Amino acid sequence: MNLFLVLEQALNGLQLGVMLFLMAAGLTLVFGIMNLVNLAHGSFYMVGAYLATYFYQATGSYLLGVSLGLAGTLAVGVAVELVALRTLYERPHLDQVLATFGLILFFNELAAILWGRAAIYTTLPDYLAGHVELFAGLRYPLYRLVIIAVGLAVAGLLWFVVARTRLGMLIRAGASNRAMVAALGVNVRLLYTLVFGFGAALAGLAGLMSGPIHVVQPGMGELILIEVFVVIVIGGIGSIRGALAGALIVGMADTLGRAFVRPMLATVLSRTAADTAGPALASMLIYLLMAIVLALKPQGLFPARA
Amino acid sequence: MGNKTLSTVAIGIAAALLASGPALAQQKVKIGFITTLSGPQGVVGEYMRNSVELALDHLGRKMAGLDVEVIYGDDQVKPDVGKQVADEMLKKHQVDFVAGIIWSNVMLAVAPTVTDAGKFMIGTNAGPHELAGKQCNELFFTTSWQNDDTPEAMGKVMQDQGITDVYVMAPNYAAGKDMVNGFKRSYKGRIVDEVYTRLGQTDYQAELSQLRSKNPKAVFVFYPGGMGISFLRQYSEAGLRGQFPLYSVYTVDEISIPAVKHAALGQYETRYWSPDLKNPANQKYVSDYRRKYGKMPVFYGAQSYDGILLIDSAVRAVKGNLADKKGMIAAMRKADFASTRGKFSYNTNHFPIQNFYLLKAVTGPAGEDPVMEIQKTVFTNHRDSYAKECAMK
Repeated sequence: MNLFLVLEQALNGLQLGVMLFLMAAGLTLVFGIMNLVNLAHGSFYMVGAYLATYFYQATGSYLLGVSLGLAGTLAVGVAVELVALRTLYERPHLDQVLATFGLILFFNELAAILWGRAAIYTTLPDYLAGHVELFAGLRYPLYRLVIIAVGLAVAGLLWFVVARTRLGMLIRAGASNRAMVAALGVNVRLLYTLVFGFGAALAGLAGLMSGPIHVVQPGMGELILIEVFVVIVIGGIGSIRGALAGALIVGMADTLGRAFVRPMLATVLSRTAADTAGPALASMLIYLLMAIVLALKPQGLFPARA
Repeated sequence: MGNKTLSTVAIGIAAALLASGPALAQQKVKIGFITTLSGPQGVVGEYMRNSVELALDHLGRKMAGLDVEVIYGDDQVKPDVGKQVADEMLKKHQVDFVAGIIWSNVMLAVAPTVTDAGKFMIGTNAGPHELAGKQCNELFFTTSWQNDDTPEAMGKVMQDQGITDVYVMAPNYAAGKDMVNGFKRSYKGRIVDEVYTRLGQTDYQAELSQLRSKNPKAVFVFYPGGMGISFLRQYSEAGLRGQFPLYSVYTVDEISIPAVKHAALGQYETRYWSPDLKNPANQKYVSDYRRKYGKMPVFYGAQSYDGILLIDSAVRAVKGNLADKKGMIAAMRKADFASTRGKFSYNTNHFPIQNFYLLKAVTGPAGEDPVMEIQKTVFTNHRDSYAKECAMK
C-alpha cells in the first residue's frame, strides 16, 4: 500500500469531514439550545444547492450565485423558524419529528414543482476546475481543496463566535440552561431565530458546495442527513467542538473504511469472502463506531453540559 | 304521496343506471399503467407516462374503434404498493391490461397478481430473469429486454476490442451484481478489481483514488439514476476521463445528460434503442416527443410507447373482442406493429429477439446537450439466456 494513496484518502476523509461538520454544526446547536429535533435540516442543504445554482446561472457569476444562495437559505431558515417551528418548542419530540418530516415533504415537492424532478445541471467556474500537484505523483482536485479550506475557515470562525463573543456566550449559556438565560432578560426568541437561521445557512453552504460534484435534485438532503445525525450523536449533542470532532471521525472512518477494509480483509480471508464482507462492513463502520461511543460515553465524546 | 312515488322511481332509475355502469364500461379498452410517479425516481415515470399519452395521440385515442382509457398508478418503488395498485386496477377499474413497471422487484410482485387474474401483463422496462425463465407466462409480454442482455452486449464489445485489465464498479444490491454477472458472461479478460459501493452513495472520491492507484486499462460501471450523475461528474473532476476509458450500462441516458452535459462526452453505453435509430416509427416518435414535451425522449419512454402499440395490435387482431384471449396472445407473439426499435420478433418466453448497439455520447447540435449516437451493432437478433428454462413453446 503506497503512502501517497493513504495520504490522498486522508485528504478525502478530511473533505467529507468538513462537509459533515457544516451540516452538523447547525443541527447540533438547534438541538442543544432549542431542544428541537429538526429532521428538515437536510432540506436547507437542498435549498442552498438549488438557490446557488439558480443564481449562478441567472447572473453568470459563481461568487454572486454563492452569496445570494447563502443569503437566500438564511432567509428561508428564518422564515421557517418564524412560521412553523416557533410553535413546536414546547411540544414533545415526537410532534417535532412529525412536523419537521412534513417540512421535508413540503420542500421536496416545492423543488420538484419549481425545477422538476430530474437532476438539474450544475457546474464549476473554470478557475475552480482542474487539479493541483501536491507532490510528484499526487494530483488532487482543486475544488476539493477549496471545500476543505472553506470548511476549516468556517470552523475557526464558529469557534471564535462561540468562544469569544457576546452572542457566543449567550449561545453557550442557552445550551447549558435555557430557563436561566430567559430569566436574565435575554430575548430568547430572537436568539432562537438567529441561531436557527445561521444553522440553516451553514447547511445551505454545505449543499451549495456539494452541488457541482453531487446531484442537485429533490430529496438530496435526506441522503446526507443520517450521517449527520451519527456525527452529532458521536460528538455530543449541542456541542460545536463535538460536532467538529464527530464529523472528522466519521469522515475519516467512512472514507478509509471504503478504501481499505476490503483489501485488508483480503489478506486474512479468501477473495470471495472479502468481496462480500468488505463493502458491508465498510458501510456499517460509522454505525458500529456510534454504537461503541454510545456504550462507553452515552453523552457523546464532548457533551455540551459537561 | 305523488312526490314519494316520483323519488322512488328516480332512485330505481339511478340504481338501474349504476348497475349498468360496468356493462357500458366494457365498451372501451381499459389499461392500467403502473410506474413510479413520486420521489426522485418519479422523473422516469414522467417520461413513461408522456410516451403512453403520445402513443394514444398517434392512435387517435382508439383501438379497433373502441375508446381507450388509461389509469395511471404510482408504485413508489415499493413491491407491496405496486401489488396493491394492481389489485385495485383489476378489481375496481376492471382493466383488461396492466402495463408499465420500472423495477424488477416490483415486477416480480405485480406480474403474478395480474396473470393469475387472467389479464395481460405488458412489461415496459423491468426484465427479471425469473419471468424470462421458469416463471414465464402466456399472458406476460415485455417490450423491453431481459436484465442480463445489456451488460452482455457491453462485455462482448470490450472482449472484441481485446481490452484487458478492466476495473468494475456497481452499487451493492441485487441488480448491481446481476449486471456484473451479465458482463462477465461475455467478457473473459482479466478483471483488475470488482468494487461494490453503497446503494444511493453520493461521493465516490475514495473509490476513484483506489481506482487510479490500480491503473486499469478500462472501467466498466453500472450506476443508474442520481448515482450515475454524481459518478460521472466526479470521474471527470478527478481527471480520469482522459486517462481510463469509461464503459457503462444504464448510467448515461437522455435523463442524466441534461444534468451532466460535457461530463458525459466520450461515454460508451450499450442499448437496444437510441434516438438516432433510423426507422420511420422512431423518427416520428422522437420528433413528436420533442415537439410535445420539449425534451429528448429516453429508452424508458420508447418501450412504453411500444407497449401501447403492442396492445393496439392485439385489440385490432381480434376486432375489439377483448374476451378472445387466445387470439390476442397469438397476435402479440407476431409483434406486428411499428416498433421504435424497428422490426423485431418474440422469443418463446415473450421477450424480444432484438439487436443491441454500441452508443457513444457525442457533442450535440450547436447550443444543445450531448446526444447518444449509434457506433455499431453488437448483437443481431439477440436471444436472452433464460428462454430455454421457459416451458412455453
